[in-house]
Amino acid sequence: MTETRIERHHYDVVVIGAGGAGLRAAIEARLAGKKTAIISKSLFGKAHTVMAEGGAAAAMGNVNSRDNWQVHFRDTMRGGKFLNNFRMAELHAKESPQRIWELETYGALFDRTKDGKISQRNFGGHEYPRLAHVGDRTGLELIRTLQQKIVSLQQEDKREFGSYDARIRVFSETTITELLLDGDRVAGAFGYYRESGEFILFEAPAVVLATGGVGRSYKVTSNSWEYTGDGHALALRAGATLINMEFLQFHPTGMVWPPSVKGILVTESVRGDGGVLKNSDGKRFMFDYVPDVFRKQYAETEDEADRWYTDPDNNRRPPELLPRDEVARAINSEVKAGRGTPAGGVYLDIASRKSAEEIQRRLPSMYHQFKELADVDITKEPMEVGPTCHYVMGGVEVDPDSGAAAGTVRGLFAAGEVSGGMHGSNRLGGNSLSDLLVFGKRAGGHAATYADQLTARPAVSVAAVEAAVETALAPLQRDTGESPYQLQQDLQVVMGDLVGIIRREGELADALGRLAELRERVAKVSAVGGRRYNPGWHLALDLRNMLVVSECTAKAALERQESRGGHTREDYPAMDPKWRRVNLVCSLDGDAVRLTHKPLPAMRPELIGLFDRAELSKYLTDEELAEFDARTEEER
Amino acid sequence: MGSKRQFRIWRGDETGGDLQDYAVEVNEGEVVLDVIHRLQATEAPDLACRWNCKAGKCGSCSMEINGKPRLGCMTRMSTFEEAETVTVTPLRTFPVIRDLVTDVSFNYEKARETPAFAPPADVAPGDYRMQQVDVERSQEFRKCIECFLCQNVCHVIRDHDENKPAFSGPRFFIRASELDMHPLDTRTDRKEYAQSEMGLGFCNITKCCTEVCPEHIKITDNGIIPMKERVVDRRYDPLVWLGNKIFRRGQVPQTSATSGHSSGAVTTGAAHRGVHSHAGGSHDSGAERQAQQGVNWQREVPHPTAPAVDANGRLPLTELTFDRAAAPSPFGDDVEFPLPAEHLNFAHPQQDEPKH
Ligand SMILES: Cc1cc2nc3c(=O)[nH]c(=O)nc-3n(C[C@H](O)[C@H](O)[C@H](O)COP(=O)(O)OP(=O)(O)OC[C@H]3O[C@@H](n4cnc5c(N)ncnc54)[C@H](O)[C@@H]3O)c2cc1C
Ligand code: SF4
Ligand code: SF4
Ligand code: FES
Repeated sequence: MTETRIERHHYDVVVIGAGGAGLRAAIEARLAGKKTAIISKSLFGKAHTVMAEGGAAAAMGNVNSRDNWQVHFRDTMRGGKFLNNFRMAELHAKESPQRIWELETYGALFDRTKDGKISQRNFGGHEYPRLAHVGDRTGLELIRTLQQKIVSLQQEDKREFGSYDARIRVFSETTITELLLDGDRVAGAFGYYRESGEFILFEAPAVVLATGGVGRSYKVTSNSWEYTGDGHALALRAGATLINMEFLQFHPTGMVWPPSVKGILVTESVRGDGGVLKNSDGKRFMFDYVPDVFRKQYAETEDEADRWYTDPDNNRRPPELLPRDEVARAINSEVKAGRGTPAGGVYLDIASRKSAEEIQRRLPSMYHQFKELADVDITKEPMEVGPTCHYVMGGVEVDPDSGAAAGTVRGLFAAGEVSGGMHGSNRLGGNSLSDLLVFGKRAGGHAATYADQLTARPAVSVAAVEAAVETALAPLQRDTGESPYQLQQDLQVVMGDLVGIIRREGELADALGRLAELRERVAKVSAVGGRRYNPGWHLALDLRNMLVVSECTAKAALERQESRGGHTREDYPAMDPKWRRVNLVCSLDGDAVRLTHKPLPAMRPELIGLFDRAELSKYLTDEELAEFDARTEEER
Repeated sequence: MGSKRQFRIWRGDETGGDLQDYAVEVNEGEVVLDVIHRLQATEAPDLACRWNCKAGKCGSCSMEINGKPRLGCMTRMSTFEEAETVTVTPLRTFPVIRDLVTDVSFNYEKARETPAFAPPADVAPGDYRMQQVDVERSQEFRKCIECFLCQNVCHVIRDHDENKPAFSGPRFFIRASELDMHPLDTRTDRKEYAQSEMGLGFCNITKCCTEVCPEHIKITDNGIIPMKERVVDRRYDPLVWLGNKIFRRGQVPQTSATSGHSSGAVTTGAAHRGVHSHAGGSHDSGAERQAQQGVNWQREVPHPTAPAVDANGRLPLTELTFDRAAAPSPFGDDVEFPLPAEHLNFAHPQQDEPKH
């Protein structure tokens, strides 16, 4: 490797990821006057955010004026089973309306209410209609709007400085493989252009991670090839910590038939718009699965549930709209009891409940997708759906206000799916898109401030760059190892079968053993071909990230002896208030994943006061309840 | 359950390449992209191909399948005969990087040149009020997933690299159209800009773009034609450019422009100083006589010459399905250059000026 060409760039803020979070962060950093780079593994505008369908949750109160940030906050905490970082949930509930309105000034066109405001729709776990949406392509609207805002900033720069790239530049199809440090401070990022295989080095004092999730480690997933947990792994290796890695969301309704589209999601709005779940006996089974915590809010009879669609104020909601983990678990139980479809799912039926015309109007891309991909006409027949790995709640532990990563590193920020804490043990549908905007803006802004405050720029060490080059080229230089595709498949089998939706102690321990074996095989992976757009090589490099993140998940899942949100232990089926007070924190100790317990920050009194005691008693320990009672006593 | 099916896939890079044969296992319900993934996992681990969502939402997996521009993830294997060989090639309008991956940066450059949304200065965030009926027209265009299939198929740039600097393409015509119809956009010259800076005049409404759009956006009927109609009210449209092309080879197209954001095209002053001409291939003798008498603004506009179409009324898109080498000429294959002088339908720019 005597002659390795490395392209060098200097920026104030480097944003890794061009999804909603990354683009919003970059806009903010650029507005703060910083020279900003946006890096993305795929083309500009293709990030995962594009796939979000249902909408973005924000308590604007356009459809039901009783909605406000307190109600949204309450729903978010309930959904996350009180494990959320309360401060993040609070900021999110308070700021998301502004973030959505701001998008309109960038040119977004949401669906409208009759009086011309942004329309809002119902979604699982949200008390009032709250999701701003555009048909069922909200994510596309969000990313395109942000993309076009960046273009407009570039046009301003072009007028002012003569170059579009003067202050904000997009590096598409570029993968970052390593963060570079100067002591404990971020000094830059190293990666390669996918197109040419050439290396590229960014020197920058502040880096924002917005790389999304980890779903590619699972067999059935709605996630694309990009979701290999790069950001999670980069953060770990730079000395940051991850929290809540045991919590993964399995979307209850992914397509299970036909096989080629296995894992692709059927948006929850199908249920919000009247779709119901039925087993192979034709029974609407969700009524049998309403947990005690939710009994008060959910209908007990089909009649009441059906009345809710037109008169939500006087009826309780249909159980199909329970939070998604409940729905996923219910489907899993039905299938295990032998009442599933031939392909191992259940039926989602909207055809018998709405007119063909209305379905086509309200769910155009769903209709389109099923027609073209599966040759299923959803206006005529039910869909076959089942649980699919969808979203990781866990991620980089951050300071709630600034998005700065916890741990030993400085100058590293994280926002979006790659960060942890906001959603607790389970994310509500629609809360992610607004999360991206709220915390993307915050992370971008704080990264800019941090870069300003530095007196000297951290320096990139030559040795670190050489090491990064060597690691990157290694798979191409070996021809003795296994194919990366085989290894990925094996990893997916381990995670899917042993660390999936329902978990057991023995299986988790087994998984850890197998992951250790895989680690040795991954270290020897080899890729054939050259450096130019070679997907085999790219996958070989992503594998080590997938592996370390999978280890975090398996370890944390084994440790947490309770069931909560996106973590279900068959051997500990109940929620345990004692575990609610604990976050499991992962860090790297050399190569090995280290797991520690950390107490959850305590909610401020005025926030805890938003809940009634009966509800709190399901989540809090006796000790905490006594404290709560003492406080209410005092206030009287 | 699966069966072996024959595939021919183009492998190579900018230095050249060829179609390679593969026999691949195909299972029920699979799409072309699944087959490519299977190849990557088995015989051809370094086969380059873009994809992301596998659900027709991101527009990454654009390719040409049996000569037709398609999304690989939305092309079901069941649409082919069991014994049929499926040929997969990269998009032809853009330079190949490797295998099925092409350099689509042209599109991002054009995106960057298109003026952004201009928000109303006096409306605060949160106070935007629009009616559903009014946003729906723009929403149709905002469904665009930027697969660039329409760009790939447009004959103005397909095999005519030289047109690329002055032509933004259908994807960006609908972007202009979307902003034009946006209830709160404050720029009023979207159509004129499309005409003068984006090369709207190049388009002779063959509708190939609409035909390939996976989002079923009516690019021509709802986007291009309404803009053309209204811009024509003020300025003389049909293929102003073609006249330029014929009489001023090598020069950038000249039309009158309304803005100062001149990128590729040159801005000239008032309309009458521009070159006014009509479709080169027109053999309408009445038009010629009129042309000799100077430009009559009220007369019927001769139809632009469309390229040759096949029996289905479609433009043959690639040599795979076309009887000639390379794609058809945008002027029509029956037109030979130079055109005979008597067939020219040309008004001299100075003819309107008083003779001395
Ligand atoms: C099918 C589907 C439907 C969904 N529906 C909804 C919904 O209705 N409502 C909702 O709120 N949420 C929804 N979600 C969740 C939501 O879309 C995602 O959580 C969110 O888009 C994540 O955004 P992000 O900005 O964090 O990352 P992404 O949009 O995923 O972007 C990640 C970016 O990081 C880049 N990247 C990753 N690794 C690297 C690297 N090593 N180097 C350089 N770049 C890198 C990628 O290229 C990409 O640009 C849905 C998710 C899916 C999959
Ligand atoms: S109608 Fe034809 S010429 Fe016009 S933009 Fe579409 S493909 Fe190109
Ligand atoms: S208009 Fe249609 S064909 Fe053209 S890029 Fe957009 S989605 Fe693709
Ligand atoms: S992979 Fe996204 S459109 Fe085909």
